[in-house]
Amino acid sequence: VKAAPTFREARAELEGRQRPAADKRMTAEQAAALVGDGDHVAVGGTCYSRTPMALLFALLKLRRRGLTLSRPLACYEIELFLATGAAERIVTSWVGIGLRWGLAPVFRHYVETGAAAYEEWSHLAMGLRYRAGAMGVPFLPALSMLGSDLAPAVGLRSVVCPYTGERLAAVPALNPDVAIIHAHRADPLGNVQVDGYRHMDVDMARAARTVIVSAERIVSPEETAARPWATMLPHFAVDAVVEIPHGAYPHECYGLYEADLDHFDEYAGSVRDGGPDGARRYVAANVDAHAGFAAFVDAVGDERLAELAAGARRLMPR
Amino acid sequence: MTDAITRPDPAAATPASAPPDGAASGGATAEEVMAVTASRLLADHKVIFAGVGMPLLAAALARRRQAPNLTIVLEGGIIGTRLLPGHLPVSTNEMRAAYGAQMLTDITDIFLFAQRGYFDYGFLGAAQVDRYGNINTSVIGDPARPKVRLPGSGGANDIISLCNEIFIVTQHERRRFVPRVDFVTSPGYLTGDGSRERAGLLFGKIGAVVTDLAVMDFEPGSRRMRLRALQPGVTAERVRDQTGFELLVPGEIGHVPPPSQEELRVYRALRDGEPPTAPAG
Repeated sequence: VKAAPTFREARAELEGRQRPAADKRMTAEQAAALVGDGDHVAVGGTCYSRTPMALLFALLKLRRRGLTLSRPLACYEIELFLATGAAERIVTSWVGIGLRWGLAPVFRHYVETGAAAYEEWSHLAMGLRYRAGAMGVPFLPALSMLGSDLAPAVGLRSVVCPYTGERLAAVPALNPDVAIIHAHRADPLGNVQVDGYRHMDVDMARAARTVIVSAERIVSPEETAARPWATMLPHFAVDAVVEIPHGAYPHECYGLYEADLDHFDEYAGSVRDGGPDGARRYVAANVDAHAGFAAFVDAVGDERLAELAAGARRLMPR
Repeated sequence: MTDAITRPDPAAATPASAPPDGAASGGATAEEVMAVTASRLLADHKVIFAGVGMPLLAAALARRRQAPNLTIVLEGGIIGTRLLPGHLPVSTNEMRAAYGAQMLTDITDIFLFAQRGYFDYGFLGAAQVDRYGNINTSVIGDPARPKVRLPGSGGANDIISLCNEIFIVTQHERRRFVPRVDFVTSPGYLTGDGSRERAGLLFGKIGAVVTDLAVMDFEPGSRRMRLRALQPGVTAERVRDQTGFELLVPGEIGHVPPPSQEELRVYRALRDGEPPTAPAG
């Protein structure tokens, strides 16, 4: 595992890079190729909400090696990267398929056998790690993780407040190599808009060296400017933009479609019986078998997609 | 705490006749007994940080009973959620959890509200809990070579470190109530006697442990877990038997009134959906 950049290195790298306000549209395959072996990839959304599944599927196809993946809470996408040998380290606060499906068997297999490392932080600590990275400072003080066994397990240190003398957790900055995010809308320059909750997307993107965004819809810069308050990231913090309708499926995209929990049932059944082989079969059938993500979504069928969209509409404010 | 626990529900339709030991009270399941008991702990005009599943339903039940102005917060960035009965979230970070919300923000922001002291209550479950209220949701067995790698803290460590009062709600089983947790994911009173404060955890307390068998709290000073009240039909002997450490048992033990028919009706309607003929809640 390569060393994470210090906050000074992350700053120097950003200052030294060209960030033109130019058209950043590309294909999912081109965007995924920006991720190299051994990179730390921060994955946007959380659990099964607004996960950039299309970009992750494109990355899975590349069979990168030695990746570290971080997220606020991880869902079964993590297992696909473990089972295909792409990831060897997970940095998050929680890993599971979801409450309904019990413990995640592939994750358990890799971590319990020592084949992969799970660096467990508290949920707030994950947020503050990205936030410190986004703020350009080396750490942030916090009142979480103190006194727990989590702190020594990840090497968390404390700091004494120079004003009050109180001891606080010193949560270290995390500057990922790449952040991968799915959004509702983006314009070609990379101004990104979302509806609903923002998870930890803003901080992880602003902390990262390279930021890849997929969007349900590419819109004009004029459409961005018509609703500037919905803009989550400005163009100068984004490197690649990919238009992918249903790009979070089978996870949810707020207001547009609910998560396809029946699809989760299939996956959970497959890994319950087959463990890592079940996850590899899932990748073969749902990722490798299709020319691209659009073909995977087509195979789901219009009827099911319409049901998920209706479910989302039912939950929206009116 | 004890008042809220042992006060009979004035709306109870059935008297608190104790069913035989081992039977669920009044046809209620273990989950329903825990949820109803936990919901009674929540006062009106407070803010609760809840997780999905039974704790969220318990908070929603309180909103439909004694605490209509209780604000429910979920870690997905969701403040003031209501629930669409029968269409409950599986994750704290999804649209079903956000139904009817007053504010949607980001995850870190939610925990920073907690760190500032805005959240009166937090509900937590536990794979393992020990006599000081420390919770393990990380590893069973040797942490270096775990027998079972559990999902991890999620927000639990933050909730127990940052909220003003914590209620632990879990099934009462000997394998869960252990002398010392294998791993402290979420610190309760650590090793008692002020050790929580010395670790830098300046705020918050573990108010109660609610199970299907009993309600417990922590003795001032020693901070050891102490039996306060028994669920209907449960003996202190049975609670001791299902607890893997020496539980403090005071001379006087209260009795939790069984779930009323009304509490069960509202709870089940939230969980399973409103029956078509029921009046709108």
